[in-house]
Amino acid sequence: MELQAVLMAAGGGSRMMDLTYNTPKPLLPVGNRPLIWYPLNLLEKVGFEEVIVITTKEVQKALSTDQRLKTDVKMRLDVVCIQEEADMGTADALRHIQQKIKTDILVVSCDLITDVALHEVVDLFRAHSATLSMLMSKVHEFTETVPGQKGKKKAGEQRDFVGVDVTGKRLLFMANEADLDEGLVLRKSIMRKHPRMLIKTGLLDAHLYCLKRSVVDFLVHNKSVTSIRGELVPYLVRKQFSKTLNSQNATEDSERNQKQQDAHHNLELLSTSKDEALLQLARERSCWNDHRGDMSEAYHGGKLRCYVHIMEEGMCYRVNTLAAYIEANRVVPKLFEDPPIHPAAVVSERSLVGSDSIIGQLCHISDRTSIKRSNVGTSTIIKEKVKITNSIIMNGVTIEEGCNIQGSVICNNAVIGRGADIKYCLVGSGQRVEPEAERTNEVIVGSDQLMEI
Amino acid sequence: MADSVGRQVDSINHATEEDEKKQEIIRAKGEGKELTKEEKQRLRKEKKQHKKNKKDDRGPPEKEKEKASVPAPSKPATQSPAHKAAPVPVNASASESPVAAEKPAKSKAELRADRRARQDSERASKPGKKEVGQQSTSSKPKATPSELQPVKRLPEHVQVDDPAALKKLAKKLERQQVPLRSDYGYKVSLFSHLHQYSRKNPPTQQISIPVTAIHPSIVRLGLQYSQGIIAGSNARSVALLHAFKQVIQDYSTPPNEELSRDLVNKLSPYISFLSQCRPLSASMGNAIKYIKKEISNIPNQCKEEEAKRRLQECIDSYINEKIILASQAISKYAIEKISDGDVILVYGCSSLVNHILCEAFEKQRKFRVIVVDSRPRLEGREALRRLVKKGIRCTYVLISALSYILPEVSKVFLGAHALLANGYVMSRVGTSQIALVAKAYNVPVLVCCETYKFCERVQTDSFVSNELDDPDDLIVTRNGKTHLENWQTVKSLGLLNLVYDVTPPDFVDLVITDLGMIPCTSVPVVLRVKNVDQ
Repeated sequence: MELQAVLMAAGGGSRMMDLTYNTPKPLLPVGNRPLIWYPLNLLEKVGFEEVIVITTKEVQKALSTDQRLKTDVKMRLDVVCIQEEADMGTADALRHIQQKIKTDILVVSCDLITDVALHEVVDLFRAHSATLSMLMSKVHEFTETVPGQKGKKKAGEQRDFVGVDVTGKRLLFMANEADLDEGLVLRKSIMRKHPRMLIKTGLLDAHLYCLKRSVVDFLVHNKSVTSIRGELVPYLVRKQFSKTLNSQNATEDSERNQKQQDAHHNLELLSTSKDEALLQLARERSCWNDHRGDMSEAYHGGKLRCYVHIMEEGMCYRVNTLAAYIEANRVVPKLFEDPPIHPAAVVSERSLVGSDSIIGQLCHISDRTSIKRSNVGTSTIIKEKVKITNSIIMNGVTIEEGCNIQGSVICNNAVIGRGADIKYCLVGSGQRVEPEAERTNEVIVGSDQLMEI
Repeated sequence: MADSVGRQVDSINHATEEDEKKQEIIRAKGEGKELTKEEKQRLRKEKKQHKKNKKDDRGPPEKEKEKASVPAPSKPATQSPAHKAAPVPVNASASESPVAAEKPAKSKAELRADRRARQDSERASKPGKKEVGQQSTSSKPKATPSELQPVKRLPEHVQVDDPAALKKLAKKLERQQVPLRSDYGYKVSLFSHLHQYSRKNPPTQQISIPVTAIHPSIVRLGLQYSQGIIAGSNARSVALLHAFKQVIQDYSTPPNEELSRDLVNKLSPYISFLSQCRPLSASMGNAIKYIKKEISNIPNQCKEEEAKRRLQECIDSYINEKIILASQAISKYAIEKISDGDVILVYGCSSLVNHILCEAFEKQRKFRVIVVDSRPRLEGREALRRLVKKGIRCTYVLISALSYILPEVSKVFLGAHALLANGYVMSRVGTSQIALVAKAYNVPVLVCCETYKFCERVQTDSFVSNELDDPDDLIVTRNGKTHLENWQTVKSLGLLNLVYDVTPPDFVDLVITDLGMIPCTSVPVVLRVKNVDQ
C-alpha cells in the first residue's frame, strides 16, 4: 500500500465558537452536508478505500447514524476516538495512532473544502522522494458581510510567509508573522544553496500534508511536538538546510549522545532504506539537476526535502472562521449537481424559491414565502409570508410568519418568533428570538455562552 | 498490394520495387532461404495474392494493419542490402495513409491485375513450384525457430497514426488497468507515427492515489522518467532494476500459481505503465529481457524466499557486471587512447564518457575538454559541472559553434544510447552532426558503449523510430517575452522536440566496449556471440 489517509476531525473550531459551542465543527452543515463529508468525498473520488478518522465521540456517533455520511461515503472509516478534554494537538493525535500507520500518510483536516487534483501534491511527494509535501492556495477575499462583525476586518494580521525556490515547488522557508519578532531572518545556508527565492504572503495553508512514515516515527521519539502545522512543518522546513543532516553515518552515534537532552532523533537515521546504494548510483548516472549555477549535485546532496503545490485556480476553503463558513456555503452548492430542492421537502406552490437556494429534506415551506440565495437545512419549518435572503438556516429551525431574515446565520434548532426582522445576525443554537424583534448585526447566543472568555 | 503502392509512389525506381519484394519475405513467414531468389519471389507473390483475396473480404483496416507490418524494421540476417530497406518504409508508410483511403475502390481492379499476374507466374514457375512446394511445406510449421526468423510486428509505439493499432493498445492497457496517456499538441507530419506527451498531463492523472494496480515504486519510477529526473540510459536501467528489486521483494505468490510464470505476468502491466510514461530505452529493454529470462528459469521446486533471493542476486550481478565493471573496463581501454596534450570534445552528458574523463584525469593524463551543448535539454551544463568539479579544464560551446571549435580538437568521445545491429549509433539528437563535422575535419570519433546497450534493431534514419519530447520545452522566455506561448493557435506551426538520432558507421572510427575496441560494423558479431552465450 502506498498511502494511508488520516482525517483530523477532533478540532474544536476555536475561531467560530458561536457556531460550534453546540455542534462539533465536523458536523456543521455546509450546503446541507456535514462539513466532514467534503474531505471524505475528496479522498473517495481520488481512490482511497479506507480512511483513519480521528475524532470525538459525538462525531463518531454522527458518522454511524447520519444518512448522508453513511450512504454516500463508500470507504471504510476507521474511527479513533479521543477525549475532547485531552486537548490533543494534531501531532499528538498522530502519535496516538502510531500503531496503525504502516506506510506514508496523507493528513487531511476536516474543514477543507477543495477541488484540487490531489495527484499534483502526491506526485511531488513521489517523484522527489520528499519528506513532506503540502498544499497551499491563493487566499480569496471574502465578500459577504459577516454577522456580528463590527467595523472592517483587520487584514494583515497573522500572515504566513512562505519562501519557495525558482521552480515554485520546493519549500524553502515558512514562518508565521506572529513568530517573527523584528523581521524576517533568512539563514545564509539557504541563500547559498538557493540564491533566488520567492516569498509569498497571500497563501492559505490547506492543512493537507503528505508525510513520510519516518516522520511519524520521529514524532514518537519527540513528544514535545504537538501540532503539525504549528511546529512540525516549520521544523521540517528548517531541517532541510541544517548542517547536521549532511553529516556522515559514522558520526551518528556521537551525535546521538550529544543530543540526548533534546531527544531529537536525527531524521536522517530513520529515512535511510536498504538499496540506497542502487538509488545513489542511478542518481549519479542521471544527468539531471534541480538547480544550476553551483557545483553541488541534485538536491545539494540533502536527504530531507519539502515540497509545496500552490493552487492557482480552483476552489480551496478552510472553514475555520465565520466568514469562511458563509463563503463556503455560498460557493459549494454550485459544485454538486444535487437538486436544489430536496425531493422530500414540502414546498408550497405559492412560495418563491430562488434558483440559487437549496432546501434540505423534510422541510416545510409555506405559502407566500420567498427564499433567495439561501441555504435551508433539513427539518426546517418556515411559515407564511417569510422573506429570507442571503442567509444560512441550519437544521431544525422554526421560523414563524412574517419574518424577514437577511444576511444571517441561524443555527440548529433556533426559533424565530413571528414578525421578527433579523439583519446580519448570528442566532446561536437553540436560541429563541422573540416576536417583533428587530436585530441588526448582532450575535445572539445564550447567556451561558456569553460568559466564556 | 505492394505492387500497387509501388505504382502509386512516384519516385520508386526499379531497385525499390525489388526491395519491396524482398520485404515480402517477411510476410511470407520466412520461407526457406534455400530457394533461389526468383523462385522465392514467385512463390511469395502467389501467396500474397491468395492472402489478399481472402483479406479483401475482411475490409480495409485489416489490410492497413497488414500493410503496416510490411515495412517492418527488418531482420539483419535475411537482407544484405538492409540499409536500402529502411527508406522504403518511410515512403510506404507515407503513402499508406492516402492509399488506405482509396483501398476499397481499387481492390477490384487490383484483384484482376493480381490474378493475371499470378496466373502468369504460375505458368512460368510450374516445374520449379513443385520443389518449392515441398520445401515450403517442410518449413511452414516453423518447426526450427533457430533457423527461421519469426515475423517481427511493428511495435505499437511507432504506429500512433494507425487507429487500429491505437485501439489495440487502448484495449491492452485497459485490461492491465494502466491509464492511457493521450497525445498532446500538433505533431509534425513526418513524425506523426510517434507519441508526443506533455509534462503537464502526467501519467498519474487517472490512477487512484493509493495505487493498487501498479506497485508504488514503479509509479514513482514512471514519474521520475516522465519528469526527466532520471535521464540517461544507464541511470534509467539502474533505476528500473532497483524498482524491480522492490517489486520482487513485495511479491507473494498467489495460491495455485507458480512464481516463474506469475511474476512475469505481474511485470507486464508495470512495463506498459513505464512505456506510457516514457518510451523504453534499448538498455531497459535488454534488462527486462534478462529479468524475464531469469524469472522463467527459476525451477518449480524452489521456495519463494529462495527464489526471491536468487532473483535479487541476479539483478545485483547484472548491474555489477554490465554497468559498473563494464564502465571500468571501458575506461581502461579508453585511457589508452587519451594522450597528453589532447583536446577532447564531448557532447551532452554521457555518464560513461564523464566517468572515462574523470578516471583519465586521476591517472594524471594531461588533457582539456570541450563540452558541446544543445537546446532544449542543455545537458552539457551538467557534464560541465561534473568535469569542472573534478578539476578538468573545460570549454563550453553550443552546437552552433561546432565548426568553429573543431580545428582545435584532437579527439571526439561520444556516448551512445544504443548500438544498432547494422552498426548505426543511436544517441542524443545532435550526435550525428558532431560526427559528421568531425569527419569533415578528420578528427577521430570514438563511441563508448557498454555491450548491454547493443540492440538487434536496424535503423538507417532517425524518422522511423524515435522519441518526441514535450514540445513546450522549446518555449523560452527572453526579456520577459515568450513568443511561442500560443504556438498551438497558429495552424501552420509545429514544434518538434526530437530526442534521438542515428549516426552512420562511416563517421565512427572506433567503438569502445567492455569486450574491447571494435569497429562499428562488428556489432552484429558481438550480438551473435552474445546470443550464443545466452
